[in-house]
Amino acid sequence: MKRLIKTVKSFTLWELFQGLFVTGRAFFGKKITIQYPEEETPISPRFRGMLALRRYPNGEERCIACKLCEAVCPAAAITIESEEREDGSRRTTKYEIDAFKCINCGFCEEACPVDSIVLTPEMHYHIENRGDNILTKEKLLAIGDLYEERLAADRAADEKYR
Amino acid sequence: MLEQLISLAWIIAKILIIVLPLLGVVAYLTMAERKVIAYMQYRVGVNRVGIRGIGQPIADAMKLIFKEIIIPKASNRYLFILAPILAMTPALVAWSVVPFDDGWVLANVNAGVLFIFAMTSIGIYGIICAGWGSNSKYAFFSAMRVAAQMVSYEIAMGFALVGVLIAAGSMNFTDIVHAQSGSVLHWYWLPLLPLFVVYWVSGLAETNRAPFDVAEGESEIVAGFHVEYSGMTFAMFFLAEYANMILISSLAVLMFLGGWLSPFQGIPLLESTFNWVPGIVWFAAKASLFLYLYLWIRATFPRYRYDQIMRLGWKVLIPVTLVWIFVVALAVQFHLPPWFA
Repeated sequence: MKRLIKTVKSFTLWELFQGLFVTGRAFFGKKITIQYPEEETPISPRFRGMLALRRYPNGEERCIACKLCEAVCPAAAITIESEEREDGSRRTTKYEIDAFKCINCGFCEEACPVDSIVLTPEMHYHIENRGDNILTKEKLLAIGDLYEERLAADRAADEKYR
Repeated sequence: MLEQLISLAWIIAKILIIVLPLLGVVAYLTMAERKVIAYMQYRVGVNRVGIRGIGQPIADAMKLIFKEIIIPKASNRYLFILAPILAMTPALVAWSVVPFDDGWVLANVNAGVLFIFAMTSIGIYGIICAGWGSNSKYAFFSAMRVAAQMVSYEIAMGFALVGVLIAAGSMNFTDIVHAQSGSVLHWYWLPLLPLFVVYWVSGLAETNRAPFDVAEGESEIVAGFHVEYSGMTFAMFFLAEYANMILISSLAVLMFLGGWLSPFQGIPLLESTFNWVPGIVWFAAKASLFLYLYLWIRATFPRYRYDQIMRLGWKVLIPVTLVWIFVVALAVQFHLPPWFA
């Protein structure tokens, strides 16, 4: 009896039609392709992209030159030099990140006590000239200014888990 | 003299009318293939070149035309160059006996079925020459596989066609189509259903399409018989394969789905409503159905193992066709209802 069913099944191409049915259904199914340059996948607020330095809302830079990021950086990508400013606060005179060394691990952001160094959700960047890979303090602050709104929103969204 | 020239020019014009659209269909069949397979994998497929990817086949063709044709030093260069031509020509020549509509046929040959059968068989020589002429072990293995596979499946296919010949009582395609007139139920797909299935399976195998495309095996023999080919020579094999696909689909339409006959024939109201549709439209629509089936099958089934292909060809398809030829012969001889009364 089993053999009979098997023979009937194979001669009516039963399983082949089942297979065709699956692909036939897929043919009319919703397509999941994301047309990349025009569309992008949603990004998590924790996305670790390009680096930036943030400021307080009053324009004061957050970094206090504690050098925790420099210490924690596994790739030794961060170089910091600091001095006392005229008003007596400790600030960096040099804050450089080598984009070639940086592995976007996010340890610096975790180590930072004042949320100064952060990783932006921006991943579309490239380096054209030799030397451009060194992100100076000015560059980092400029990037931070550019993305401040998004950065603040992302930090707020993730607040519960920090 | 002048009359001969005019008739010659007329024939050439007819050939161009058949071949040029055919090449266009081949080009867009490659695009349809990519699109259909993409859709079946929940992707969207080509859509970048031109409006919704409509320029893709032309871009592909331009690329292939401008690529260098590399002739390996170890190859037999005459066979190497001859092979794509040998593969391409029969695929196009076979179209000379295919009727697109009542009377729309380049050569109304009495033994059209035989002619097509001969032409599709000759196509194998191109592949064998390519495999041998390339002087590459992969190409050679592939050519051997193709040759064995095609020879085996040609028998099953031939027997399937014999069933059609018995039922129609003619080898002329126009007559075969006329013999099927009546209604959808009079088309030979129903009385010759097993032969229809066998024909289609062996058609897949004859054109080296999935799931019988052992001619190429990425892990074992790379691209198969055309590994050494590049540029236009490669494109010729490609064209030949797709032209053969369209040919097999058209033959399936002619012999099992009533060619250019309207599917509404015999249905009182619909028949008169759709009377204005030219036969070639029905022909093209039915052929497209089979071409879609080609792509559908390719998107669905994994490749057969080589010994399984041989087993299927010799131990399943040939006995099935033999049995059904016997049944059809009896039905025709004793005028059995419902079809052969």
